[in-house]
Amino acid sequence: MFSSLNIRMGLFLARRQIRRSSLWTTILIIFVMFFTFLNLVVVSGILVGLLQGAINAVRTHYTSDVIISSLNNKTYIENSPEIISIVKSLPQVENMTARYMEGGTVEANYKTRTNDKEKPNIAAASFYGINPVAENTVTDISKFIVEGEYLVPGDYDKILLGAYLDKKYMDFDYPGFTALENIKPGVKVRMTLNGVEREVTIKGILKAKVDQISMGVFMIDSQLRSIIDRNDYNVDEISIKLKPGTDPAVVRDILKRNGVDKVAKVQTYIDAQPKFIKDMIATFSLLGNMLSSIGLVVASITIFIVIFINAITRRKFIGILKGIGINESAIEISYILQSFFYALCGSVVGLIVLYGFLEPWMTAHPIDFSFSDGILVAPIGGTMLRIGLLMVTTIIAGFIPARLVVRKNTLDSILGRN
Amino acid sequence: MIEVKNLKKSFQDGEKTTEVLKGIDFLAKSGEFVAIMGRSGAGKSTLLYQMSLLDEPTSGDIKIDEKDVLALSTAERTSFRLSQLGYVFQDYALLPEMTALENVAIPLLMQNLPEKKAYAKAAEHLTLVGLGERLNNLPSQLSGGEQQRVSIARAIAHEPKILFADEPTANLDNESSRIVMDIFKKLHSEGQTIIMVTHEVEYSKFAERIIHLDNGQITSDERV
Repeated sequence: MFSSLNIRMGLFLARRQIRRSSLWTTILIIFVMFFTFLNLVVVSGILVGLLQGAINAVRTHYTSDVIISSLNNKTYIENSPEIISIVKSLPQVENMTARYMEGGTVEANYKTRTNDKEKPNIAAASFYGINPVAENTVTDISKFIVEGEYLVPGDYDKILLGAYLDKKYMDFDYPGFTALENIKPGVKVRMTLNGVEREVTIKGILKAKVDQISMGVFMIDSQLRSIIDRNDYNVDEISIKLKPGTDPAVVRDILKRNGVDKVAKVQTYIDAQPKFIKDMIATFSLLGNMLSSIGLVVASITIFIVIFINAITRRKFIGILKGIGINESAIEISYILQSFFYALCGSVVGLIVLYGFLEPWMTAHPIDFSFSDGILVAPIGGTMLRIGLLMVTTIIAGFIPARLVVRKNTLDSILGRN
Repeated sequence: MIEVKNLKKSFQDGEKTTEVLKGIDFLAKSGEFVAIMGRSGAGKSTLLYQMSLLDEPTSGDIKIDEKDVLALSTAERTSFRLSQLGYVFQDYALLPEMTALENVAIPLLMQNLPEKKAYAKAAEHLTLVGLGERLNNLPSQLSGGEQQRVSIARAIAHEPKILFADEPTANLDNESSRIVMDIFKKLHSEGQTIIMVTHEVEYSKFAERIIHLDNGQITSDERV
C-alpha cells in the first residue's frame, strides 16, 4: 500500500484537494484540531499543575532545593555547625538558612479572661527560630506578610504568626484545632515552649499556600535557641538554595559523600515530598488522560465525519480516478495525508499557543486555587507523545471513511449509482 | 485487438432480473474506429463499460491482445486500464480541483513518470487538442467543448491501445462536437483504436464501422 509511487500520487492528490478546498472549512477543521490538542495537553496539564503549584510553593518558600533535617530518632541535627560549614563551602550553593524548631502553644486573650473556668484561647503551633535575613534570602518569606511587618535581626520578644492561627483567616472549624481570636500586629500573646512561658508581641501575620508558613510561629533564632536551651547551636533544619541550573540530586549526593547523612536526612525537594503528593500527581495525571481521551474520541469523530462527507461528495471523482487507473491505495493515502495535514496544523498552532503564550502566561499568572497557585504543566516529552496520539487517531479516522468509499464499485461511483 | 465472446450482463433488482446484454460477439482490430449505436436502453454503454473493464460481465469472455482480461484481479485491472486503455466520458469527468494540465498529467504520474516529464507530455497533448493556451485553467474556467478536449488529452496522453468514448458529444454544441470528432478522426488516422458509443448518426459517420445494438443484441455491423 505504502509504495513510494502511491505516496507520491497520494501527496499530489491531497495537495490539490487541500489547496482548492474552502478556506473556511480548512480553518474550521484546523480549529477543531487545535482545540483537541489543547484539550489533550491543557486539561491534564492544569490538573497536574494544581499540585505542581503547591509543590513549587513548598520548594520555593520552605524546603528550597535541598533540605537537611533531623533523623527520625533525633530531635535535632548533630554537628550542625560543621554541616553548615560544609554546605557553605560547596560552590553550587547560592544561599542557605538554618532553623530551630519546637512544638508549643500560643495563647491569646489571657488578659481579658475573667475567671479560670473560662476556656483559654490557646493554639498549638510549630515554632521556628530563624535568621530573618538568611531565611528571607532563601525562601522569600517576607512576601507573605499580610499584616504588620517582617522580622529584623534583634527583634526580641516579637513573633510572626501564621494566618491559620488567626481566627479571622481560618474561616472553618475542624476538631482539635483552635485558632486565636482578636489578634493583630501589636497585640501581645503568651507562648509556651518546653514549659517556658513568655509574653511576646505579634509583629506580623504570614499568609501563604504553604502550611509550614501559615501554621507556624516565627521568631529570631537566638531567642528560640535560648528558650529551648539549645546552646550547642545544633539546628533542626537547613534549607539550601542552589545556583540556577544545579541539579539538587548532585548536591544531595555530595553531602552524603561527606557523611552528612549519618547525622541527618539529606533530601532534594522531590525526595522530601510526602508519598501522598506523588500518588496524587499520578492520580491527577490519570484523570487528565481520561478526560483528554474523550477529546481524542471527539476529534476522531470530527475527522471521520469531515473525511466521510468529503469522500462521499467526491465519490464520482474517486470513481473517475480509479477508472483512469489510479491505484486505490494512492487515493486512500491522499485522504490519510489530508487528515495528517489537519492534525499537524492544529498541533503546530497548539504548540505555538501553548508554549508561546499559555504556559508562560499561566506561570506568571497562576490560577488562584485555595491550596495552591495552579500552573500549567506541559513537559515537551508528554506533549509530543500526545501529538503522536492525535496524529495516529486522526490518520485512522481519516483512513476508515476513505477506505469505505474507495472500495465501492468503480462504475457505480462514476455513475452515482448506489 | 479486442475480442468479445458471448458477453452477457444482467442486473438484479430484488426478485427481478434484467438482462441488458444477451450474448454479444464482437471483434475490433487494432487501429479500427468503431461506433456503437442504438436507441436509449439498447445496452450500448453497458457494452462499453464491460469492454473497458469498468464493470464486470455476468458471463462471457473479453480478450484484449489475446489477454483474458476478465481473469485479472481488481488491482491488475486498474493497472491494465492505466497502461492500455483511455476513456472519454460523456460528462468529461475532470477533477474540479485540478488544472487542465494536472488533469492530463495524473495518469502519467501514476505511470511513475517524473513530474517534469509528465507535465511536459500533458502540455504537449493539450496543445494537440488546441488547448495550449489554457493549461492552467480549472475545469470551471473552461467551456464544455474545452473540457471534453481536456478529457480527450487525458485519455490519450499515456498512449493507450484502445480509446473508449461514451457519448463524447452528447453535452456539446455542434461546433464543439465537430472539433471533438475531428480530433477523433485525426487520432484514428494516426492508428489509434477507438470504440465510441453515440446516438448521433452524424458523428457515427466519422467511424469506419458502425455496430447497431437493440435489446442487448447486435442487430447490424457494417462498414462505412
